[in-house]
Amino acid sequence: MTDPAMNGRPAGGGPPGEGGHPGDLPVLLPSALSRTGPETRLRPAHAWLLCGLAAVALPAWAQAGSGASSPLEVVIRWAPLLLTGFAFNVAISLMAMLLGTLAGTGLGIAMLAEGPVLRRLAWTVTQVFRNVPWLVLLFFVMFLVPFQVTVLGVRVPLPDWVKATFGFALPVMANVAEIVRGAVRSVPTTQWEAAESLAFTRRQILWRIILPQCAKRMLPPWMNVYALIAMATVQASIVGVTEMLTLTAQVHAAEGGRPELFAPLYGFALLCFFLYCYPIDRLTARLERRFETR
Amino acid sequence: MIDTIQAWFQRLYETTGLNFTVFYDAYDWNRYVGGLRMTLLLGVTTILASLAIGAVGALLQSSPSRLLRGLVNGFVVAFRNTPPLVQIFFFYFGIGTLLPAARTADGLRAPILDNVQWAIVSLSLFAGAFNVEIFRSGIEAVPKTTVEAAEALGYTRLKAYRHVVLPLALRVCLPALNNNLINLLKTTTLAYAIAVPETLYAVKQIWSESQNVLEMMLVLLATYAVLVGALVWIMHRWERALRIPGYGR
Repeated sequence: MTDPAMNGRPAGGGPPGEGGHPGDLPVLLPSALSRTGPETRLRPAHAWLLCGLAAVALPAWAQAGSGASSPLEVVIRWAPLLLTGFAFNVAISLMAMLLGTLAGTGLGIAMLAEGPVLRRLAWTVTQVFRNVPWLVLLFFVMFLVPFQVTVLGVRVPLPDWVKATFGFALPVMANVAEIVRGAVRSVPTTQWEAAESLAFTRRQILWRIILPQCAKRMLPPWMNVYALIAMATVQASIVGVTEMLTLTAQVHAAEGGRPELFAPLYGFALLCFFLYCYPIDRLTARLERRFETR
Repeated sequence: MIDTIQAWFQRLYETTGLNFTVFYDAYDWNRYVGGLRMTLLLGVTTILASLAIGAVGALLQSSPSRLLRGLVNGFVVAFRNTPPLVQIFFFYFGIGTLLPAARTADGLRAPILDNVQWAIVSLSLFAGAFNVEIFRSGIEAVPKTTVEAAEALGYTRLKAYRHVVLPLALRVCLPALNNNLINLLKTTTLAYAIAVPETLYAVKQIWSESQNVLEMMLVLLATYAVLVGALVWIMHRWERALRIPGYGR
């Protein structure tokens, strides 16, 4: 994935006057306007973030005695392990997103059903799973789903990370259902009427005419939900799944539990998630802007 | 009255095996109410603090100083794109241990901020970052002519912001603000991770001692349904009370 913030930047980032002759009036300069685009505003932000991290990490570094290794060395030494944990987080989030999207699309369509019973039931399910804290849902799944199930005489073990994936898929399902419903609602009624007059059945209208139009509208909010779920996967460490945050705590203990190591190690976790979620956030904002103008 | 409720739940346990200890055991009840009180404390303080952070941040974002704007942007971008749980850990373990701490008479470490205060600080900053963006979008929706009219009437920049722009912007961004504050109330459960005795923590303690996971789960779900429902109701009332006459419907 490329960083979308890179694309909005003009090739020549030098001082103004680069493109013209010395002595040109400012109005004659070619690319003065394009440098004030919204993408460029985040360049100082990066610098500030790094400054903040450095301000936290440097005193910690200075405190470290000569006998123990410095926080930076510790982070570098354990980075492969921590990044494996991060990859596991990403894997959980992708699977939860897949499951949640499939279930949520069904639930969203059920919310648009003609029958009042199905519609009200789907609405209730959506509201419950949207309004309960994600951590509570996670506890719910972890404690109330058995550690193995017997399907047709075959015992299927359910390790804790599978249960956690289900736990994250539930809120994704509810949020995706709302997105689907909102997107279908935003398609003009005339589309339904035109399709009906062409003798399409309700199912055909939904699958062939309405939903293909919705896909584009649904993309930005759907990506938003993904960024949220990717950040929420660290909550799995609270219920005992071994992922990045659990590993971070273990690494800290393995390095002797020195208090000055907390900030660099958790800072590293913050940085990993930032580098993963920030491009998604920018891409979402860009897609939103692009679809809005049409 | 209380006796009849207690007797009813006691009988429910004896006849059906559904063990709602919170409703007949005074010790568990006190723990549950204590947790509820802590959740309310967290919710109210973080909502107020995050609103203040959002308002100040949005004001600074339109300031002429590039340095201030960059700082606010960096704050918003950093807090929006990192997991709130890691933020809490970073603040409580990372910053909390770096800060100088006093010693109690017994020689124990007495940090400046305890876990409840750190939870309030980090949750407020997290939600505040979202509020800055929400308020900014609201401020951008206020017509420029309105600000110019205020300036023509002799308002300073700060006064115009307080008396003209902010009240209008607040009404524009209320729906988005609703969403974020409800999300914040749900995020307070993360304080569980640093042992803040809020509702989830209290309920977990009760179910580990009384072995009634299913019953306490139901109580927990009902509690959050009521809490979130109450906040939604309050925000809708507020939204209706603040409605600008002549807009919409």
